[in-house]
Amino acid sequence: MADSSTPVAPNFETHPDRYKHWQLDVDGAVAKLTMKVDPHGGLRDDYELKLNSYDLGVDIELADAIQRIRFEHPEVRAVVFQSGLDRVFCAGANIPMLSSSAHAFKVNFCKFTNETRLYLEDASANSGIKSLAACEGTCAGGGYELALACDRILLVDDGSSAVSLPEVPLLAVLPGTGGLTRIVDKRKVRRDLADVFCTTSEGVRGKRAVDWGLVDAIASRSKFEEAIDTQAKALAAEGADAKRGPGITLDPLTPTVEEDTITYRHVTLKLDRAARVATLTVNAPESDPPTTGDAIQAAGADQWALRCFRELDDAILRLRMHHFDIGLVLLETRGDASKVLATDAALEANQDHWLASEIRLHMARVLRRLDVSSRSFFAIIDEGSCFAGSLFELALAADRSYMLEDDDEKVAVQLGALNGGALPMGNGLSRLQTRFFGDSATLEKVLGTEGPIVTTDADDLGLITLAADDIDWEDDVRIAIEERASLSPDALTGMEASLRFPGPETVESKIFARLSAWQNWIFQRPNAVGPQGALTKYGQPDRPTFDWTRC
Amino acid sequence: MSLQDSIPNNVDLGSDRKLMRALEKWQPNFLEWWRDMGPEGFQEDQIWLRTAISVDASGWAHYDYVKMPDYRWGIFLTPRDGERTIGFGDVSEEKVWDEVPGELRGMLRRIIVTQADTEPASVEQQRLLGKCAPSLYDLRNLFQVNVEEGRHLWAMVHLLHQYFGRDGREEAEALLERRSGDVDKPRILNTFNERTDEWLSFFMFAMFTDRDGKYQLSSLSESGFDPLARATQFMLTEEAFHLSVGEYGVDRAVQRAAEATVADSNDDARAQGAIDLVTIQKYINFWFSSAVELFGGEISSNAADYFAAGLKGRHHEQKKYEDHAALGEIYSMPIVEKGKLTSQEVPLRNAINEQLRDEYVADCERAVARWNKTIQKAGLTGVELSLPSRRFNRRMGIYAEYHFDPRGDLIDEATFEAKKDTWLPTAEDRAYVQSLMKPCYEPGKMASWIAAPRKGVKGKAIDFEYVKFTG
Repeated sequence: MADSSTPVAPNFETHPDRYKHWQLDVDGAVAKLTMKVDPHGGLRDDYELKLNSYDLGVDIELADAIQRIRFEHPEVRAVVFQSGLDRVFCAGANIPMLSSSAHAFKVNFCKFTNETRLYLEDASANSGIKSLAACEGTCAGGGYELALACDRILLVDDGSSAVSLPEVPLLAVLPGTGGLTRIVDKRKVRRDLADVFCTTSEGVRGKRAVDWGLVDAIASRSKFEEAIDTQAKALAAEGADAKRGPGITLDPLTPTVEEDTITYRHVTLKLDRAARVATLTVNAPESDPPTTGDAIQAAGADQWALRCFRELDDAILRLRMHHFDIGLVLLETRGDASKVLATDAALEANQDHWLASEIRLHMARVLRRLDVSSRSFFAIIDEGSCFAGSLFELALAADRSYMLEDDDEKVAVQLGALNGGALPMGNGLSRLQTRFFGDSATLEKVLGTEGPIVTTDADDLGLITLAADDIDWEDDVRIAIEERASLSPDALTGMEASLRFPGPETVESKIFARLSAWQNWIFQRPNAVGPQGALTKYGQPDRPTFDWTRC
Repeated sequence: MSLQDSIPNNVDLGSDRKLMRALEKWQPNFLEWWRDMGPEGFQEDQIWLRTAISVDASGWAHYDYVKMPDYRWGIFLTPRDGERTIGFGDVSEEKVWDEVPGELRGMLRRIIVTQADTEPASVEQQRLLGKCAPSLYDLRNLFQVNVEEGRHLWAMVHLLHQYFGRDGREEAEALLERRSGDVDKPRILNTFNERTDEWLSFFMFAMFTDRDGKYQLSSLSESGFDPLARATQFMLTEEAFHLSVGEYGVDRAVQRAAEATVADSNDDARAQGAIDLVTIQKYINFWFSSAVELFGGEISSNAADYFAAGLKGRHHEQKKYEDHAALGEIYSMPIVEKGKLTSQEVPLRNAINEQLRDEYVADCERAVARWNKTIQKAGLTGVELSLPSRRFNRRMGIYAEYHFDPRGDLIDEATFEAKKDTWLPTAEDRAYVQSLMKPCYEPGKMASWIAAPRKGVKGKAIDFEYVKFTG
């Protein structure tokens, strides 16, 4: 198994003006995202992105486009995904890229692409931005999974265009971007038909694809454009009443990147490489937030609630993809808790305003990104911290929280307008509901608190893991950090992913907990990546051989 | 006539319920397709055609007058000579398969469907040609090619019906539903969606495009799936005739062009009602570059998989090669890197398509050399036809994103655009060729642009009445 020859430190910031692989065209209520992947535009130069196959760089552009449609083109009600190539919609993730990438990169690549597709569904569910996949020619693997994330799938009926998930028969891995989950859970394809579909490398086409529920409609080649147009307009009409816009401009974040520090306006990421520990510090707003819809609109991308969480998002992604050996992240906050709470309250009060709503939804996505990051998180609630409202969610997202018990009771946490359910986790529950799963009495009590909750109270309520006075504090925290950093990263990843999400399952939680976990196991197995494994042998002159043991 | 009597075969059709059931449904659809998409007109005329009625030497080439819709499309497999073993790939030396191995179903079906699709496609492409045939002899040859392409479809459909269950029956139906050049239901391979509406293109098609078919069939005749090997082996005997129609058709156009050039005081073949050699060269450039696409990607994992799995061997695998594993060997091919042509070493199995293309190119070179001899014989000197480089004018594969001149040298797009009209047929060239397409149905007479053949079909005279019109 070859590891990526050139280390990739992708930049997660981009702009439609710089897209290499996508074209975004907005025409009133309908946006078109045309995929035409530049074969030589990959993040590394040792693979070619043929047939609209994608790597992380392609997906970063897609994620950017979906985000910009929400903030910069809120008038858009429907997004059409189509291909700029002849007879191929999208062939999925690039196989040579996958088979030559290190395991950690593969896992995080899949995680990011999964998040992008979930964000597309989030835009549909919460912002009324519907999507249509217009599939012509090859729509295979990740290509069909992208279509599955859309609200509707239209397939050309030309006797050869097919949708397929050929990963199992061709590559001995899984369709890793939610395909298996979505066909049965979202599209309700019968499980035995799904079984046939997922083991048929050439896929299913035409009327049968409709009959099985794999696509919503078919259209002949000559009627295809017309069908796209009709369906896009129908989708756009579905969510037409809400007043949205005008759009705002998402300006670049451009952090200052130094050897061990990445500094944003409100967020700082400090790395201690030797200890494999990072400190992620989030600063509260320095001024009062905009409180009316008009003021929120006027403040645009500059307002703390948006800017800070965009920065936090970028920092998490950099942690994930640039710093694979950082195992533990200490979450710190600094600043005035009342300003955070005022911000939350303003967002809550203006929830009917499109931008206030988008900002909240964005906050929720960033926090979910943190939830599924495979690093240990400890919240450090110390003097000067402001774990209040939306920033208290950081402490709730953490695997553990350490809180300083100070004599003058300045250290406190506090609930705000958004902690009751505005920022749900992937399991559909709030972080408080998840924390007190099965204990509604405590949950009620916590939700009934008003004002700052000092350390002893927080401890009593079960809102923190450990309270320590100033005599114990340094040792307790230091030892906990060192101990955590010494444990197996694999075991921790599995353990954290299992403990973080009690309660119900959703498509989202199944994708990350079940599908991704199996995929990541298969990605390590000799049948996929061993010297004779199918992923290794893909495109090679000889064929794979399997170890037939069932585990 | 019962179904089993109307279908000559050596596959014991009469006692095969599965095949009978499938064909009972498919045969009427095939005939309907033939009426809709087969040769336009001439369906009631008596054509002097060859029919294969059995596989032995006396039966495979039975000549008689027949109306095309009454043609007896048969199902033949070349008889098996004892126990055969697979001759190549990772399964070399294992016993051949008489049934489709489950794990190879998808690959095999794809191979068979892709091959099968070209057969009806070419009939569709050529359906209007009868209206402007340059002679009765050529008209008969056209129909011979058409009915045999129809039989090749039968051969492939037999495999789908016999060995692929419900999937196979659906694919067999789909073969009759796709239409060459139809925007909604196009044929699978692009070359087979191009129009072949005049006879120079037809001869070029039979020479270059059908010749790809010969090499594909030859590779498949090595297959470890024995019914496919035997079916394609039998198809090759018929295919040889199609190729000769193409090669000699072009040769006769070349002969006439050379003679007309010599005869004309200004060396102007067109003034003599012939097609000039410059135009013929452009047609060669166009059709050759279109046909070489059909061999697939230069570096191909599909080709490697097919070979490794024992599904598709090399041309004359048993005769020509000693190492049938082809593992660890290297093939050097020119690729473009940093704006220059350089050589890249590719594992041989991944270069199987390219190796087959080599055989094909050599075969085409041989034909061009023959045409050049014809030019010399006509007394024309200083003019030679040539085969363009396989890199010239490509739409697919590793050369597609660059521009090459017919010699294969890398050039920029501006140069290509500037010279394009001197290399490839222009609209004016095509209009001129089209203007010559006047039917010539009097026995023994030839259109102005083509020389008479050297001899007739199966010992018959050139002025034999190859087609008896009933209308």
